[in-house]
Amino acid sequence: METRPPIIIDEPDDSFVEMIKKTGGPNIQNCYQCGTCSGSCPAGARTNYLVRGIIRKALLGLKEQVISAPELWYCTTCYTCQDRCPQDVRPTDVIKAIRNIAVAEGYMLDNHRKTAAKVVEAGHAVPLDKDMWRKLRESVGLEPVPPNASGNPWAIEEIRKITKKSGFDTLIGYEELRKAAEEKAKKKKE
Amino acid sequence: MSMARPKFYHFLGCIIPHRYPSIEKATRLVFEDLGVELLDMVGATCCPAPGVFGSFDRITWASIAARNLTIAEEGGHPITTGCNGCFASLWDANHELKEDEELRARVNENLAEIDREFKGTIEVTHYVDALIQTVGLEKIRERVTRPLTGVRMALHPGCHWMRPRALKQKDDSERPHIFRELCETTGAEYVHYKDELMCCGAGGAVRTADLKVSLDFTKQKFESILAAGGADVIVTPCPFCELQLDLGQVEIQKHFDVKYEFDVLHVMEFLALAFGYEPDEFGLKTHLQYMQRKSEPHWERLGLKA
Repeated sequence: METRPPIIIDEPDDSFVEMIKKTGGPNIQNCYQCGTCSGSCPAGARTNYLVRGIIRKALLGLKEQVISAPELWYCTTCYTCQDRCPQDVRPTDVIKAIRNIAVAEGYMLDNHRKTAAKVVEAGHAVPLDKDMWRKLRESVGLEPVPPNASGNPWAIEEIRKITKKSGFDTLIGYEELRKAAEEKAKKKKE
Repeated sequence: MSMARPKFYHFLGCIIPHRYPSIEKATRLVFEDLGVELLDMVGATCCPAPGVFGSFDRITWASIAARNLTIAEEGGHPITTGCNGCFASLWDANHELKEDEELRARVNENLAEIDREFKGTIEVTHYVDALIQTVGLEKIRERVTRPLTGVRMALHPGCHWMRPRALKQKDDSERPHIFRELCETTGAEYVHYKDELMCCGAGGAVRTADLKVSLDFTKQKFESILAAGGADVIVTPCPFCELQLDLGQVEIQKHFDVKYEFDVLHVMEFLALAFGYEPDEFGLKTHLQYMQRKSEPHWERLGLKA
């Protein structure tokens, strides 16, 4: 009779667990699969996001399956699982580490790319990008521009130097996004 | 002999100064009244958002956060911020950089490009902690000139203000009491609801990834408040949660065809009311919910005017 292994795993990546440990999830191997994380998870209650399953798959070396799954991005990082995990796996940190690896391998949502680009472009993820926001500030009795990067271009220059040095601008495809936005603005003018 | 006024570098972040300026104004009034000085952090940027940038690239996240920290290190005063997200980024980065030498070396390599260096010489606080620790609940209670007696308040403490508990070591995240005690100085009545400690749904880059999923969290919270008999106001210590709970009602109406009409206030706005300020003195009416619906706060529920 033909014997089958208990779990069939195609292309396991033995280096994945070590990568996760190094990237911010050092305790992933503490996991004994109790499921307290998923039982506490408000994202898991309404989507197919399953912390326990992701951690199990990661421990089995199923890197591609884990980093390419769209549900990886349903965690709101509320840390309820982290506070309740009896094994100090720090599941939220593990998920964030896996997300870092996913992004490094090219799995990043367009909307996330755009949000990231805003910080490089304006110094703020939610920028003071319209006149109405400045007017809103004035209407409550504040100066139209706050003392943050919105009124200090040198601060934005500093962010650009940091993101260039760290490679973040290339990671999110900042130049491509910037050029595409310029083209769009040009077409609108014509 | 007069005591030196406590001083904090004021980290504004993005959402307070750019979308909910009424919180910034109310904060300035409340801190001034309590004798706590707020110093501008000139050239501060996005914290950057912990669940967003922390999910993309930890080193870049820590580097941008560290740059913000160096602005306060130069002046030698602690930071205070009114946003759970900003608090998480700045507090966590400060903590991790103090503990993790390898991370610190990599971050300082990035900061060297702009002639800055993380030294680890200051602390990061949330407004809630800054006021309780430097002023104290008793003095805050004494300043209340318009007790919000009879106002039923549902609280949304949010996540990153107190979690992860083992790291922050601040409050019991299963039965928190610090935020509630600050809110109760106003004289308002605490309303318990089952999902009080649940996330608003906005964090971790979920609001950007899938708005409808994030609103589904918010909707559950509203249903939970209604199941507890309703509330006159929802109070939160975070502008991102406030945006999700306030503007989120307009978005829920669009995506789910259900209408909720909760007034949502940042704890600084709530304190400003209890300190006797009129809503127009800090611009309560500018909340995005009211702007978009062309509506007004429910004055009578807040005990203000008919």
